[in-house]
Amino acid sequence: MLGDFFSRALVAGIGVALVAGPLGCFIVWRRMAYFGDTMAHSALLGVAFALLLDLPVAGGVFAIAALVALLLLLLERGNRISTDALLGILSHSTLAIGLVIVALMHWVRIDLNAFLFGDILAVSVPDIALVYGGGALILALLVWQWRPLLAATVNAELAEAEGLNPGRARLLLMLLMALVIAIAMKLVGVLLITSLLIIPAATARRLALTPERMALYAAGIGGLAVVGGLNGSLAFDTPSGPSIVVAALVLFLASLIVPQRRDIRAAPTPTETGRP
Amino acid sequence: MSDTLVKVEGAGVRGAGRWLVENIDLSVRPGEIVTLIGPNGSGKSTTAKLVTGVLRPDRGRVTRRPGLTIGYVPQKLAIDWTLPLTVKRLMTLTAAHAPRAIAGALASVGIAHLADAPVQGLSGGEFQRALLARAMLRRPDLLVLDEPVQGVDFSGEVALYELIRTIRDETGCGILMISHDLHVVMAATDTVVCLNGHVCCTGSPQSVVQSPEYLKLFGPRAAQTLAIYRHDHDHTHLPDGRVADGHGHHHHDHDHHHHAHHHEGAGHAR
Repeated sequence: MLGDFFSRALVAGIGVALVAGPLGCFIVWRRMAYFGDTMAHSALLGVAFALLLDLPVAGGVFAIAALVALLLLLLERGNRISTDALLGILSHSTLAIGLVIVALMHWVRIDLNAFLFGDILAVSVPDIALVYGGGALILALLVWQWRPLLAATVNAELAEAEGLNPGRARLLLMLLMALVIAIAMKLVGVLLITSLLIIPAATARRLALTPERMALYAAGIGGLAVVGGLNGSLAFDTPSGPSIVVAALVLFLASLIVPQRRDIRAAPTPTETGRP
Repeated sequence: MSDTLVKVEGAGVRGAGRWLVENIDLSVRPGEIVTLIGPNGSGKSTTAKLVTGVLRPDRGRVTRRPGLTIGYVPQKLAIDWTLPLTVKRLMTLTAAHAPRAIAGALASVGIAHLADAPVQGLSGGEFQRALLARAMLRRPDLLVLDEPVQGVDFSGEVALYELIRTIRDETGCGILMISHDLHVVMAATDTVVCLNGHVCCTGSPQSVVQSPEYLKLFGPRAAQTLAIYRHDHDHTHLPDGRVADGHGHHHHDHDHHHHAHHHEGAGHAR
């Protein structure tokens, strides 16, 4: 089954989508899209460090993405520049430093395009093991910490007043994002990773009535986008990573046509109807 | 007192280079309703956060009874449209509860028919009822309510105050409530704490209105208009907001004249 490159790509891609969907829901709910983008861009710096120090690439990416997230938390506390501007500075400077370091390393020949836009057709069996091993870890942590994560997302103060720990939930979410970026980078590249997190989650919103359903639907929709995108890429000879993102976008646009599920409440209660 | 749920002694919180609140003393006992009033920026929410433990005092101390369970209704809870959440799912936000307990809690606040409705579509009063039901499900020893009647119209406000009193009567929990309206304090309140960065005065609603500190803070006119909602038991509010008198008749025109005597100037003509 894992014999040819296309099946390997499908299996790896679906593995990433199953994890990115539920995690992406939190990114959409907490309005962290740009934050995710910043962490993803810093992944190239992680690649550069890993090559420089001769470490596993996924490990370097995870470490740098997690460091950037922590740095952002610290800078936010200083509160001088808006978070928005901080993200812009970190996002592009880490990407630029990564590009510069890679260019300076004359002794390594790397395919920069593969890191920026992904090279899913080149995934190996060890890559698949990384996707499923890392993915299982991410999903297990998500399930384990689901209630505090969700409660902190709805209202941090409420969660804390009732004995949960929203600060820890936030930290966990950042580490999980760093991990998903590390395992997904090879497939869709640093520039497109956040689309796999956000587009399926946004697509699932219109179909779901509870957060759990939305997370499940997002995983399924992400898987569909991978299958559709890879087949499209084979049929039209287009780059695989961008084709997956385009397929995800098509599903999102299709979801806009689906009528929103009706508000199933009964007739409005007279108590609140007559505002003075 | 040994059964005190929470005791705040000489507590102060610093923020942005100044004292947000200073010298806060208050306590809540089981079955007691304590209401915090004060102008905007007087530190009401900060004080509530001291009580719930979200903020730690920079001076003084806060003692909670060991094993205290707190139910909390925050002041502003805007649930983003991107997060699909039904009323039923909101109930289990911070802890799991049995479906029967959830149905019972929703029924007791009069919104059983909205169990499957998305929270984003609720009116202000329905949402506050849902939040109360959620907090009650934890069987809290202490309920902390930050402006529980905000965004609710007058008749809904009266019904909510009545509901809060019923919760206290039936569960015996202590309640710390922040009043959104300086001048309206419910009659069931045992203790009013008047704040203005520090505790100006504390006491029964009747004694606070007459205290010189209250008059200084809010002016003599406020003393006349501090409306203490007294519920006259000549009718009850049905869960859907209709009014039933003692004989079971329903009035559809919401005649609230007897309330108007207590709330001068609170326009609610329909």
